[in-house]
Amino acid sequence: MADIDITSLGKVFAGAPALQDITTRFEDGEFVALLGPSGCGKTTLLRLLAGFDMPSSGSIRIGARQVATATKMVPPEERNIGFVFQSYALWPHMSVRRNVSYPLEIRKLTKPEIAAQTDAALAATGLTDYADRMPSDLSGGQRQRVALARCLVSAPDAVLLDEPLANLDVALRASMQAVFTDFHKRTGATMVYVTHDQAEAMAMADRIAVMNQGLIQQFDTPQTLYERPKNRFVAEFVGRGTVVPVRAIEHNENQLHAHILGARIAVKSEAQSQVSHVCLRPENLTISETGDLRAKVARVTYLGGKYLLETVSSCGTRLLAETRAKFDVGAQLGLTITTPWAFSED
Amino acid sequence: MQSALQKGGSRSESRLLSAILILALCLTLAPVLRLFIEGVTDQGAPSLSLVKSVLAQGSTLNALKHSLITAGLGTLVSVVLGAAFAFLVALTDLRAKAALVFCLMIPMMIPPQITALSWTQIMGPSSVLLKTLGIAPPLGAPQPLYSPEGIIFLLGIQHMSIIFLTLRAGLRAIPQEVVEAARISGARGFRTWRQVVMPLTLPSLAAGTAITFVTALGNFGIPAMLGIPAGYVTLPTLVYQKLAGMGTTVLGEVSVLAMLIGAVAIVGILVQRFFQGRQKLHLVGSTSRPLAIPLGSARLPVEILLWAVVFVILVLPMFGLLATSLVPAYGVPLRLDTMTLASWGEVLFRQPVTTRSFANSFSLALGAAAVLMMICLPLAWLMERHPTPLSRLFDSLLDLPYALPGVVLSIAMILLLIKLPFTDATLYGTIWIIFLAYLARFFAVMFRPVQASLKQLDPAMAEAAQSVGAGLFQRLRDVILPLSAPAAAAGAILVFLTAFNELTVSALLWSSGTETLGVVIFNLDDSGETAMASALAMTIVFVVMALMTLIQLFSRRFPKGVVPWQT
Ligand SMILES: Nc1ncnc2c1ncn2[C@@H]1O[C@H](COP(=O)(O)OP(=O)(O)OP(=O)(O)O)[C@@H](O)[C@H]1O
Ligand SMILES: [Mg+2]
Repeated sequence: MADIDITSLGKVFAGAPALQDITTRFEDGEFVALLGPSGCGKTTLLRLLAGFDMPSSGSIRIGARQVATATKMVPPEERNIGFVFQSYALWPHMSVRRNVSYPLEIRKLTKPEIAAQTDAALAATGLTDYADRMPSDLSGGQRQRVALARCLVSAPDAVLLDEPLANLDVALRASMQAVFTDFHKRTGATMVYVTHDQAEAMAMADRIAVMNQGLIQQFDTPQTLYERPKNRFVAEFVGRGTVVPVRAIEHNENQLHAHILGARIAVKSEAQSQVSHVCLRPENLTISETGDLRAKVARVTYLGGKYLLETVSSCGTRLLAETRAKFDVGAQLGLTITTPWAFSED
Repeated sequence: MQSALQKGGSRSESRLLSAILILALCLTLAPVLRLFIEGVTDQGAPSLSLVKSVLAQGSTLNALKHSLITAGLGTLVSVVLGAAFAFLVALTDLRAKAALVFCLMIPMMIPPQITALSWTQIMGPSSVLLKTLGIAPPLGAPQPLYSPEGIIFLLGIQHMSIIFLTLRAGLRAIPQEVVEAARISGARGFRTWRQVVMPLTLPSLAAGTAITFVTALGNFGIPAMLGIPAGYVTLPTLVYQKLAGMGTTVLGEVSVLAMLIGAVAIVGILVQRFFQGRQKLHLVGSTSRPLAIPLGSARLPVEILLWAVVFVILVLPMFGLLATSLVPAYGVPLRLDTMTLASWGEVLFRQPVTTRSFANSFSLALGAAAVLMMICLPLAWLMERHPTPLSRLFDSLLDLPYALPGVVLSIAMILLLIKLPFTDATLYGTIWIIFLAYLARFFAVMFRPVQASLKQLDPAMAEAAQSVGAGLFQRLRDVILPLSAPAAAAGAILVFLTAFNELTVSALLWSSGTETLGVVIFNLDDSGETAMASALAMTIVFVVMALMTLIQLFSRRFPKGVVPWQT
């Protein structure tokens, strides 16, 4: 069990920075998701934590041990961490059982101990019946479970997962998410999970670190990320919504009012902060004839039980609303805005 | 060092890489460097006087001329034969292509001295085969192969596989759509070939031609067996004659000759690299389906013609060799009542020289394969994971000892090992000099297949082992070794095969007691024991075919690019 402390961590590949000055802390036993667009540095961060790459600057501490600085590092084989690869990385020349027991052989356990712990890990991942097969004779989901069993068997302090479900179909993904959550509950290991699927991150993680261009933009619980984004990137990347600029702002008593899209609207924000933009989520918009804004329906998407309306307001801004009733493309609506989240973008 | 650490992050890996890399550099490139230094110095001081005097000798210029003529025209023969086969096999709907390809590879795998020996057995007045058939020329008629034309012809046959292989690889890289597009726009058979296929394959043809020239230039077995009786001397045979006649007193002189061959060879290698770099430019599209342009009614005649050629260049000489090995004395016609296995029994069991040479060649080849496997496996993996400037330089130069003519490497080895530094000991005359020369020469034969298979290996395989706590040697033993074992095995068999048959290097390095099979065949033939030479040669041909079949049987299990005739 271990917490992970990252201080001013940077990584440069051939002159191009992939990670810039990351400082953060993952608590002991926490399930952290790293979320971000392609190329933002998620894999790079994970590989630095694992020790496959060496940082260009900064340092990493796992538990009580300093494991990496720009000049010195503990090699991966001495870090006691687990790594689950997107490609599974099962050894094709070893049976399922041998794949799972290999970490214990490395640790020089006795034969009976190895057998007992391997059986336990296979049972925990529902693989007992497949123990003597070769990896090539397994389905994608089964392979992923072998990879998980291999990492579970040696009781690592932390488990790092790089898009472990990206190669699986949607239905299998949902059931594997349950396997991961169970695994986390049972072992209590610190888990760092890379994904670019936000639904996956929201469903599993205690906290999500949203990354962009080599920086952590915001690191919070899924609910906070969605309801109180810190900046424009997070507001637009997480969930649906539109970010609009604030024209003017009024502080009176304990209520904040902002002028947006030609209307004066009550907003929420961090205490005493400057605000420059608001984030309009579908929940902040209600359709009513007496609404603050006039808008025209540009596109209708059925979401199952409700519709997503893409509307264009009279001043040309694209706004997203959800309704139970169906509207036709081209219909005119009135929209009322209720206390959206405002933030300051520098 | 810093950049090496950044990728894999393990110091033990970088340290091991440096250690093995230095060992490999010493093995492969030190001899070449030593030779170069010898050529441009005189008793320690830089001087070109020796170079000038050797180059001014008539025999040098004569041999150079002969080398250029035989290698050049021999290459031409290879190009005509090899290209015709490559185009037909790669582009058309011929049947039994795999068998044809396998047969075409055999000439390359059979050592040149055996090729020469087998051909002399089907021509000339004392040919057992011709006598048996009653069509031998009258006694006293010349052996037609003891001539420049004979050398050119056999060099051409020996090396046609090289052209065939490079050209076929180039043809396979042409996306099928390119040819289909030409045909859809109305170009017919020959026109498609001339205007689309030919221009696209010119770089690979040129690269193949250059490397064939270099190989023909360095060939020793054929000009030695055919040229020496005719008094027609090429550069490699000149070096051999000087060294055999006067020993190491002429070492300086032969070094200059070796450098002369090396210089011509390097020009060829540079030409080859230039054209290889221009291959595969602008070619995008799927190359999954092989081309199969229908030959229509011409298919059967073409197939008959191709197999007839294979019969003449492969089967017929082998029959000649077999016939000679079965008669009691050279020149006696083969009949049921004259047939005897006496020569076989003699070479396999009685003659101490031949049995000794079997043991020598066998242990040299096996030892070279084993040692090279132990060096190349970790080296190829580490070079893949931690590319450093030094490792990239080594990657681009490691083919040199194999590509350079064997005579050059042998002289370089003598220079390097005749007096070991800081002692009075010498390795010249011992089996170790041959062994070290084999390690240098066949390094690339082992390294390239292993490298090709490791390039296709997911780096996560080793990283997964690392993340569960496996140290460097555990990773190598439990993950890298088993996963690249097929390629390493194929490489080892190829090394064994080439080393087992080798003549050029050992011809200059052997001494009494350290004869190799190649040397013994050459000496037996030289002293008129042709029946015994044939029996020995036949044995080797069987070993070669058995090993090639072994590779062929397992070829499906090897990664792409490992088996040379399946690129
Ligand atoms: N070995 C490398 N050499 C050079 N550049 C690299 C290397 N690895 C990653 N990069 C660069 O670093 C940046 C971050 O890459 P990284 O793999 O961390 O992205 P990612 O967030 O994992 O993306 P994805 O979601 O596509 O997997 C990218 O711009 C990438 O091109
Ligand atoms: Mg990634």
